[in-house]
Amino acid sequence: MSSIPSSSGVLTPSPHIPLTFQELLFRLQKFWADRGCVLQQGYDVEVGAGTMSPETFLRVLGPKPYRVGYAQPSRRPADGRYGENPNRLFKHTQFQLILKPPPVNVQELYLESLTAIGIDLARHDLKFEEDNWEWPAGGAWGVGWQVMLDGLEITQFTYFQQCGGLDLDPMCAELTYGLERIAAFLQDVNSIYDIVWARDPETGAVATYGEVRLQEEVQFSVYNFEFADVARLWEHFQSYEAEAQALLEQANALLKDESADAAAKRRFPLLAVYELALKCSNLFNLLDARGAVSVTERVGVIGRIRALAVGVAKAYAVQQASV
Amino acid sequence: MADFLLEIGLEEIPARMIAGAEAELGRKVSELLTRERLLGVDGVVTSYSTPRRLAVRVQGLANAQPDTLDEMTGPSWKIAFPGGVAGPAAIAFAKKAGVEVAALQKIVNAKGEYVGAKVERKGRAAAELLAAELANEVLSLYWAKNMYWRPGKPERFVRPVRWLVALLDSSVIPLEIAGIAAGNLSRGHRILHGEGPVTIAAPGEYLAAMRAVFVEPEVAARRHTIRKALDHVTRAISETPGARWREDEELVETVVHLTEWPTVLYGSFEREYLALPEEVLVTVMRDHQKYFAVEDARGKLAPHFLTVLNTQVDERGRAIIRHGNERVLRSRFKDAQFFWETDQKIPLVDRVEMLKAVTFQKELGSYYWKTNGNVSAVSWLVRTLEEKGFAIFDREAVFSAARLAKTDLTTELVKEFTELQGIVGGLYARSQGLSESVAAAIYSQYLPASTEDAIPATIEGQLLGLADRIHTIVTMFGIGNAPTGSKDPFALRRAGNAIVKILAESELPLTVEDVFKALESSANLRTDVAFFLTDRVAFYLKDVRGFGSDVVKAVTAAGLYDVRDAVARAEALTAVRGSEDFVAISAAFKRMKNILRQAQEKGEVLASGPLAEAALKQPEELRLLRESTALAEKVAGLRAARNYGVALEAIATLRPAVDAFFEAVMVMAPEPELRAARLALIQSVLDGFSGIADFSEIVVA
Repeated sequence: MSSIPSSSGVLTPSPHIPLTFQELLFRLQKFWADRGCVLQQGYDVEVGAGTMSPETFLRVLGPKPYRVGYAQPSRRPADGRYGENPNRLFKHTQFQLILKPPPVNVQELYLESLTAIGIDLARHDLKFEEDNWEWPAGGAWGVGWQVMLDGLEITQFTYFQQCGGLDLDPMCAELTYGLERIAAFLQDVNSIYDIVWARDPETGAVATYGEVRLQEEVQFSVYNFEFADVARLWEHFQSYEAEAQALLEQANALLKDESADAAAKRRFPLLAVYELALKCSNLFNLLDARGAVSVTERVGVIGRIRALAVGVAKAYAVQQASV
Repeated sequence: MADFLLEIGLEEIPARMIAGAEAELGRKVSELLTRERLLGVDGVVTSYSTPRRLAVRVQGLANAQPDTLDEMTGPSWKIAFPGGVAGPAAIAFAKKAGVEVAALQKIVNAKGEYVGAKVERKGRAAAELLAAELANEVLSLYWAKNMYWRPGKPERFVRPVRWLVALLDSSVIPLEIAGIAAGNLSRGHRILHGEGPVTIAAPGEYLAAMRAVFVEPEVAARRHTIRKALDHVTRAISETPGARWREDEELVETVVHLTEWPTVLYGSFEREYLALPEEVLVTVMRDHQKYFAVEDARGKLAPHFLTVLNTQVDERGRAIIRHGNERVLRSRFKDAQFFWETDQKIPLVDRVEMLKAVTFQKELGSYYWKTNGNVSAVSWLVRTLEEKGFAIFDREAVFSAARLAKTDLTTELVKEFTELQGIVGGLYARSQGLSESVAAAIYSQYLPASTEDAIPATIEGQLLGLADRIHTIVTMFGIGNAPTGSKDPFALRRAGNAIVKILAESELPLTVEDVFKALESSANLRTDVAFFLTDRVAFYLKDVRGFGSDVVKAVTAAGLYDVRDAVARAEALTAVRGSEDFVAISAAFKRMKNILRQAQEKGEVLASGPLAEAALKQPEELRLLRESTALAEKVAGLRAARNYGVALEAIATLRPAVDAFFEAVMVMAPEPELRAARLALIQSVLDGFSGIADFSEIVVA
């Protein structure tokens, strides 16, 4: 494993004015871009966590090295609180980083990234506490830590071991920064909605997180808990699932067929099948928030999502190997 | 003599695994060196650990294994030296042993004369041996959860190895572990020292070198520092004079293994949060934030907490860190307060329906289903108690508690703080005006969680605890989830232990049988559960109460369903087992049992009918019959009164009669009729006294 040089031209943060929400993101993006990461946008399909983006879920498979960072809006319908709880959101933002394979100094680089966002480590208490991560429906797990800064969990640091039920070789490091938490910490505000999202450099006028997002939190809480049409959600679920299953069957037949054309294998739209699986996952979360999934159904539905996600991962690994 | 040091540098090891790994590393190195004859009696092995390193130092290590003189035995002398001259066999043997033919000697042993050779073997140098063996020892350390990190997955370890120090005096031992070559460079505290390497010139300088870079490798020293600092900082809380930190050994151990350079800081929170139940506050502080709770001089929770830092900072840093921790705690308390208030908008009685959405076990059903099962187990237990005339409990409260026991699983507070299940239910029950009996039963339903815990204080709580657990055990066994070997994923043994402990330590006149009959089940299932619970009783007697294995076996033979009775019998047996007469009696009983077993194997028949009219005629056997019959009656009376100590003493008085019998009488007499009568006699003696224990199981020291 190589080590990424750590010195780079990040601006020394001002100790007095804490970063705005968007500056926080800029700094992290710049920091990791300077260390060879591809910057991607958040994935444009509903996901529950940055891990579920194909930039993580599929890129970690196979031998090809990859480094990517992106801010992923992550939806958890059941976590919505109508904007009334100062610490909880239906949709939060994860800055997700995949380092495949991780450099040997990955922890040190991570600490430098904290310095880059204005945290003077000499005046804080930092601990790496064991926290292992698992996404059963994705056949994915890893070991790692929650990084605690003055008692606050600011990052989930995971060495990804398996994904889609496949051993990862090389394995990769996944760093997930909780942007709202970190911003609230830096700005020392007690409510996420008071976070300064942006500040006009000329007038000093600020736009707060509440101004930008509160309405969304309220309306989606209302939809997720009250209005989402359960029968239709099930219909959507079945419809996406049926299409995904059919495509997955075709993919498996094609990839297994030794006489099949290599180009046909390469262009088979597994990425689209994965999106269909993500749709199912989000619909399940909505149904769950509506309280529409009974005990007996629950395990079965998770199993169906797992079959799709793991199925795509396995097929994708075969497809990549054939390229 | 040499001095040896090994330090394995790692990314942060999970705190819960460090102590075990450190001890195992010390043991492995010590065993390796002893096995390889490098460690003398004066050798000292010391191990160290921090979150980022495991280390072991050995003082008094031999520089090399001692040379040895092996004696090899070769072919017969006559064949090797035919006519006194070295033949081909002698020459071949000398070659094999690596000595001159002239150096061969004659060895005389029991089998005759042989060729012998004394072979000197050079011991291996310590450095060479360590270089060859250490990697295997380190990589075979046990980890509860490990990972791979290098391409090709050549090894698994708890976390990536990042550096390695291996020194024999001041020389580096050429050694590689997980792709990392050993050197003499260690690392200091991540923040206080930074990334620069730290040279360890020699093993003896390790501790000083580490302390200079803000790492305390000695676990005991960190523990001492933390405890002193907790005391010191608590005394400095001026807002609460006489404050004390809540002793919490487990938490101390956790923070000891989370820090390389610990210091302690206190913070405060708003008094209004003290209105929340103490259980909730302490759980947030302890389990979620790893903070120590503080109490005032009267033992009441005070609005402060103590946090152990893995760093040392200036005054401004202290203010920043205190502020940060207070901020986190405040938001957690605010959440808890929010949950506490919103949860109560739906009282527990209205939450029973909601249990349909909470899975108990996917093959079985929801907690609503389980609640019904618990209620029917409770009805059986209550009916059984009433039949036995035991009525000193609140019948309605038991049923009410059983119906509501699991409803707290639907509350936000329990979803957030799962470790508070039961406790939260009890607190809500109390705050919603349910009776104290109901609240207390719900509150303590998960007690005892371990063999050290107390049982629920109230009878209602004990009954709920029994019903809940037997329902879990029977239904889990029913779907093939019984524990096997070391596998017990549903913690059913723990549930069984709790049942036994409640039966043993409560006043309930219930037996194991009363408990396992509380649920409908097939005969096979019932047998399995009965066997499983009996096994738990034996475990309780042996491992919780500390009775000897033989005593437990002896008591088991007379039945374990009545747990308190089994305890009383084990106590009585333990008290008399040392007395000379009792030892003799148990030996005699063992002899009787053997005779009967052998007789049975031979197909012997025992006489039936009243023994006095049978063929017995020798005075010693008639005496044994007379005395044992009289004594058996007396012992039965004592047994019924549970006066086991006196009963056992009485049984010991049978010794002269038994001794005389075996002295004079041959049981296996040639006459079939006489033999049958004598066998029947000793069988009746055994039967008459086995109601307390099977004395033949007692092992005589």
